[in-house]
Amino acid sequence: MAKPNTDKSKNAAPAEPEYPLTTMAVVAPFVGWLIPGGGHLLLRRYGRGVLLLVSVVAMFLIGLGMQGRIYKPNGGDILDILGFVGDVGSGLLYFIARAMDWGNVMAANAAADYGKTFLIVAGLLNFIAVADAHHIALGKKP
Amino acid sequence: MSINLSHFSAAVVFALFASIVFGITQRNSTMEQVKYGAYCFALFVGGVFLAGWVMALIRR
Repeated sequence: MAKPNTDKSKNAAPAEPEYPLTTMAVVAPFVGWLIPGGGHLLLRRYGRGVLLLVSVVAMFLIGLGMQGRIYKPNGGDILDILGFVGDVGSGLLYFIARAMDWGNVMAANAAADYGKTFLIVAGLLNFIAVADAHHIALGKKP
Repeated sequence: MSINLSHFSAAVVFALFASIVFGITQRNSTMEQVKYGAYCFALFVGGVFLAGWVMALIRR
């Protein structure tokens, strides 16, 4: 009579590789948030970093040029708070714009609406880039 | 500085930059990134045309 197989290690799922949290895995996303593409540049992914920098900065500047509105943190309305979360994703660009009082307009036309969307999406895209920099620093992504 | 873009040109500019970021962040190798970026751009712009035609047909 055959002996039943009791070896659990053969049936166990393959272990996930571990990615220890390093200093660079914290610093690179933070730099990438402040300066779009900065995390990738810090990790020596120069081509990707420059493309991310150009894309996010261009979207932010086009949004400002289209008279888009910059949201403030104390907007009160839940949609204003969500708009702020999107805007603040652009990092230093957001703080510079607030300091220079750019984007403090209440223009009611279609272009201003597109501009507001450009500003929010620039920040959201930078959040994706920040997560990517974190994954590269961990070694999850080449 | 004031920029005046039409709805279509704003959508194409939006698609271009969003596709670049999607391509870089969602794929690993350079060729895969280029292909995925182009795929996203085509979907964005194709979606603009599709939505435009749908709205034009509804308006009739």
